[in-house]
Amino acid sequence: MAISAVSDTTLREAPPPRRQRLLEDERWLAFVLLVPTIVLLGMFIAYPFMRGILLSVTSSRVGIPGDFVGLANFYKIFNDGIFRTSVYNTFLYTGVTTVFKLALGLWLAMLLNRNFRGKAFTRAFILLPFIIPTVLSTFAWKWMFDPTFSVLNWLLYHFGLITGRINWLGDPDLAMISIIIVNIWRGVPFFAISLLAGLQTISPELNEAAAIDGAKPWQRFWHITWPLLLPVTMVVVLFSVIQTFADFQIVYVMTGGGPANATHLFATYAYQIAIGTGLLSEGAAIALAMFPILFLVVIIQLLYIRRVEVR
Amino acid sequence: MIEGARWRKWVFFYVPMVLFLLFLLFPFYWMVITSVRPDGELYRPWNSINYNPFWTWKPTWEHVRYLFEETLFASWLWNTTFIALASTAISLVCGVFAGYALSRLNFPFAGSLGTAIFITYLVPQTLLFIPLAEIIRNYRLGDTPWSLILTYPTFLIPFCTWLMMGYFKAVPKELEECARIDGASRWQAMLYIVIPVAIPGILSAGIFAFTLSWNEFIYALVFLSSPEQKTVPVGVTSELIRGDVFYWGPLMAGALLGSIPVAIAYSFFVEHYVAGLTGSVKG
Repeated sequence: MAISAVSDTTLREAPPPRRQRLLEDERWLAFVLLVPTIVLLGMFIAYPFMRGILLSVTSSRVGIPGDFVGLANFYKIFNDGIFRTSVYNTFLYTGVTTVFKLALGLWLAMLLNRNFRGKAFTRAFILLPFIIPTVLSTFAWKWMFDPTFSVLNWLLYHFGLITGRINWLGDPDLAMISIIIVNIWRGVPFFAISLLAGLQTISPELNEAAAIDGAKPWQRFWHITWPLLLPVTMVVVLFSVIQTFADFQIVYVMTGGGPANATHLFATYAYQIAIGTGLLSEGAAIALAMFPILFLVVIIQLLYIRRVEVR
Repeated sequence: MIEGARWRKWVFFYVPMVLFLLFLLFPFYWMVITSVRPDGELYRPWNSINYNPFWTWKPTWEHVRYLFEETLFASWLWNTTFIALASTAISLVCGVFAGYALSRLNFPFAGSLGTAIFITYLVPQTLLFIPLAEIIRNYRLGDTPWSLILTYPTFLIPFCTWLMMGYFKAVPKELEECARIDGASRWQAMLYIVIPVAIPGILSAGIFAFTLSWNEFIYALVFLSSPEQKTVPVGVTSELIRGDVFYWGPLMAGALLGSIPVAIAYSFFVEHYVAGLTGSVKG
């Protein structure tokens, strides 16, 4: 390659303009190509991140710059009952939904990983919950959970399962369950389609060979499919954990953190404090409190990807 | 793979499949039926007699009319389209360039830069929206489409870069070298040889980025304030609810119509979308 570059420039009669010569140099070309990305990510990710840290150690409110207060904001939120509830909620929400999304997603992926009529069509439709703007589809769920006009209550009543109405979003525990259902609904397609892509790389001959040797379907799944699928599963789960942990839209639309602040997550509580009541620095502290966990998950993911690449 | 009696196929395949489809698609059916149902039928308690919630014999366009005549829904649609297209275009250009540099060029710190971009991929919007709102205000971008066109690439570029790196790695080095022996500069070889080969990847990244920016909510909610500047998700949320009163008919009609453009874009490129989705995870 170096030879061709040399002969290239020597053969030409007039030397190319300086700008072009610079672009022939790999390092300069790389620099030029990366500048727009670095500028945008620097301005709108790295810089806001630093600003967020600075903001969280001041007493800033909307319109008032505020003074340096050290860790007072963090001290305050850790003694705040609603913040503690939101921490608990966030872990519960992430844990429960991830288990269900993985189980149902894997099941759906296994169902899709076979030949049947209308397979492409089914797969396309299954992804809809993931594609349609979350806020808009969450409104459909909110309407389905409406205390007075709930179609779910209608169904349960007509199947004879309940006699009175269920006030889905009015009770703290039921509201949490409702939110969890919506998140599972939205996440299952993502899990299913990603895991399906993983399943399709597993050679069917492995399963056939095991079947001939007398392995039961459950044994085949546990000893062949699951270990081979594990790398994809890990990455999908870690991605989903990050997204779910920092989720905002579903709770914002379904309950707004209510009833009585019982269903807040980190993000919705940060929004309520910072934008709702204007305590910018306290809100920034709440949002930043997510960071250690997210950081941990990112580190696990990086180590895992590296390990897979090395193998 | 399910052998044996016919009933096994029903129990292990058809029944779960139908249940999955019902669970995943019912909310959309509910959206459609609510948006064409007259108000008189809509607000009937769930336990009233002779009430069939799943069908209506008197469909109406009233809610859609309300949406376009009494609200700024048409502007919201236009805003969302413009913002999604512009931020997708910016992200594609940046992502293709960065992906090319990181996957095919040798330069110092390439590895750590790649890792840094991957990490930004994992930064959720909710971590940064509060300081970012301040920065947007300081740059005097608040309440303009540019506040979103410039910030959406922060979660689109890392993904586009990551996906394009995969596609560029698959293009054989010889292809580029041939072009360079024939006298093409590095820049020309990239533009006319390598990038055209990776067009399927660009399409996947583009369609995925478009749906993501159409979907975005919290930045739009925080950065935009005047009703005529809003995007569909924010407009529907803030303008169709007055206090505790939900206008369910127009709300569902808005949700439906706000979903259709992205569903159409998706339906044309399902395969590319799936490639983008799975590529974004596999890396």
